[in-house]
Amino acid sequence: MSGLFQIDFGGQQGKDLIVGIDLGTTNSLVAYMDDVRPKIIADVGGENIVPSMVAMNEAGEIVAGQPAMEVLLRSPRNAVYSVKRLMGRGLDDVVDELVLYPFQVAEGSESVIRLYVGDRILTPSEISAQVLKRLKHLAEEHFQQPVTKAVITVPAYFNDAQRQATKDAGRLAGLEVLRLVNEPTAAALAYGLDKRKQGIIAVYDLGGGTFDISILKLHEGIFEVLATNGDTHLGGDDIDNLLIQIALEDVATEWGEDISGDAAAVEGLRRAVIEAKHRLSFYREAEIQFSWQGRHYNRVMDRQLFEQLIAPVIQRTLDPCGQAVTDAKIDVKDIDEVVLVGGSTRIPLVRETVQVMFQKKPHTELNPEEVVALGAAVQAGILSGVHTDMLLLDVTPLSLGIETMGGVVSKLVHRNSTIPASATEVFTTAVDGQKNVLIHVVQGEREMAPDCRSLARFDLKDIPPQPAGMARIEVRFLIDANGILNVTARDLHSGKEQSVDVKPSYGLTDEQVEAMISESIDQAEADFAKRQLAEARVDADAILAATEKARQHEAWQELSAEERREIGKAERALQNALGAGDHVAVREHIEKLNQATMRLAERMMTVAVQTAAANPKLTES
Amino acid sequence: MPAQTEQSVVTCWNCGKTPEEVHFCANCESLQPPVSDYFSYLGVPRKLSIDRAKLEKNFYMLSRRLHPDVYFRRPVRERQFSVDATALLNDAYRTLKDPVTRVEYLLGLYGIKKREESSAGAPPELLEEVFELNMALEEIRHGDASVRPQLEAAKAKFEGMLAEADRQMEELFGESDRSSERRVLEQINGVLQRRKYIQNLLRDVNEAVTSD
Repeated sequence: MSGLFQIDFGGQQGKDLIVGIDLGTTNSLVAYMDDVRPKIIADVGGENIVPSMVAMNEAGEIVAGQPAMEVLLRSPRNAVYSVKRLMGRGLDDVVDELVLYPFQVAEGSESVIRLYVGDRILTPSEISAQVLKRLKHLAEEHFQQPVTKAVITVPAYFNDAQRQATKDAGRLAGLEVLRLVNEPTAAALAYGLDKRKQGIIAVYDLGGGTFDISILKLHEGIFEVLATNGDTHLGGDDIDNLLIQIALEDVATEWGEDISGDAAAVEGLRRAVIEAKHRLSFYREAEIQFSWQGRHYNRVMDRQLFEQLIAPVIQRTLDPCGQAVTDAKIDVKDIDEVVLVGGSTRIPLVRETVQVMFQKKPHTELNPEEVVALGAAVQAGILSGVHTDMLLLDVTPLSLGIETMGGVVSKLVHRNSTIPASATEVFTTAVDGQKNVLIHVVQGEREMAPDCRSLARFDLKDIPPQPAGMARIEVRFLIDANGILNVTARDLHSGKEQSVDVKPSYGLTDEQVEAMISESIDQAEADFAKRQLAEARVDADAILAATEKARQHEAWQELSAEERREIGKAERALQNALGAGDHVAVREHIEKLNQATMRLAERMMTVAVQTAAANPKLTES
Repeated sequence: MPAQTEQSVVTCWNCGKTPEEVHFCANCESLQPPVSDYFSYLGVPRKLSIDRAKLEKNFYMLSRRLHPDVYFRRPVRERQFSVDATALLNDAYRTLKDPVTRVEYLLGLYGIKKREESSAGAPPELLEEVFELNMALEEIRHGDASVRPQLEAAKAKFEGMLAEADRQMEELFGESDRSSERRVLEQINGVLQRRKYIQNLLRDVNEAVTSD
């Protein structure tokens, strides 16, 4: 039966090349299905992990990953990180936590945050696109062929806007996002590949910036998510920020100076506390070591104090866990296995807390930093037809509703409904001849619309004029397998498709994404020009320096006055071209200087050869 | 129901033959536009007492055959059918899995309107109970913890009543499935409404007991 459904269409041969991407708050990875096993793709240096950082380097180019990390340490104002926390959000949502990051927010960030990266202004989707491009490039190097299709993971508790922003990032990176998979579910896929056939598993995923808990029922290759919960603003970053606060206070006391306003200093301190945090997972104590402008700060932190500090952060994960268990309509003791995902689950206190909560020793066999990417690759395998026996049935994390009279929310799709899920509602007009009906769609569990997350406003347009209450417009709300809402409407009288105008409350419109894609092509040209200039500058500096040095050479004396004048003229012309910043002109004048110094170079070469012949030892030294 | 008009189409959209099965064409195996009755969709009899194991088995089986993940390499039209079919499958399974939504759905199929609990008010035998409970809830909200034992007792009582309503419903389900009389369905509707009322009371009590 299933064989018939795997037939290729359109003459497509072989398996599709689809990569799985874990686009993390702190780190990102790309993986693929190698026959039967998912594998992470490493860079040439053997490094699996790409830091989720983007920066503008000194040559004015946008870089991502490790090179961006290097820029961050040199000039933090030119780099951004942890932008996943800003995806699909407006300024009001994040104003409190922005204080702790060295980001510079640009004007007009109300519904989509815009950040300065060097002198460029980029949205979180565009920034994430740079990280995705880096991963795409890694995969292309590995396969030696273009990679255009991907499965990307998102926190299970991401709302519609956050998911859409992730999908936009994929498009901007030149990737067709075939599926968004929830991170804990992806981890379960990777984990369950060769594990138990039946049972209930809980996946506890505490990453750099987000927390998810998912409860799944496994049944012969079907991974049915029973419930999910979480907090998209809870993770390792919160622990780092606690430690930074303490270190800043210490430094203020010890040095008599408040360095919290100095972005570069705070960044240095951030790296220092992160290092100490990592060591505290393996040792009883660790030292925070930080040097700044000749001064030093050292503080030994033992695990007991560390645990006291972070306990409130870890405690915040317990409510979502309890809610997920209730929503799954199971008892904690029904859970057969607990899986840990995310770098923050390396912290011993996290493991202990999970063990107490679920009354089970959690699994830690798989690398918690790689398991999500591996699972994304498994899902890619399912889509390309490699895994015909496995199937993922995920849920929507938040209830979907519409605002009705008096701001009360009428729920259409309840949270933890298996997706795709749909609901239909019939709308009518309130006054004679009304041509538009505006539907406000929200996500969340609260009763009143202002307490929920505004998702979008859908405008049913061009309703044929008729008396009030006569129009019957049926609107279908469909949450697709990516957890993203699609709305269609039709006029029940005519049976015709009704046009719907979508105004997302947060995030970019389709038109904006399209504009960004074409802009990024223009921008790519500008980036290219910048790089050309930077490279030409290097060559120009080299030849200018060499010419200057040659004046001391005996061969210089052999040149005619005319020849020396020509060289001097070419040098000045090249310096002027450099000042103008046009790489084509710079190249041209490098060539001219090259011509002018041709005979000089020949003479120098001859002298060198003669000297070498006269004194063979020199060539050996 | 959106698919009503399409349901009258009795030939396969792809090969033109008449499909013998609900979801697929027997001739060419192409996926067909979804039908809209949840019971027939999930391949279970239109009854209130349902075989949960069979329901789950059919849900998994159909998920494997209908899910968009297995239609990635099929034509666009079939891919869209797959999304619609799976959405309907999920909606159907969710509705039939839970006894309350199941009975509400079935009542709807027979054209019996769900009674709004707000319009009806408290069942007469509970009137006094509810009055005292509301007083106690008011007191605990104002910080008077002395009513706590009373609330705990009320909670236990409502839980018992809820279980009793569930038992009654089960019984009526059986009767309805045997006789398929409208009278029984109306009776079920009454129990349902009472059950909803008790559930809301229980929710209020739980909130008050856990929030302080």
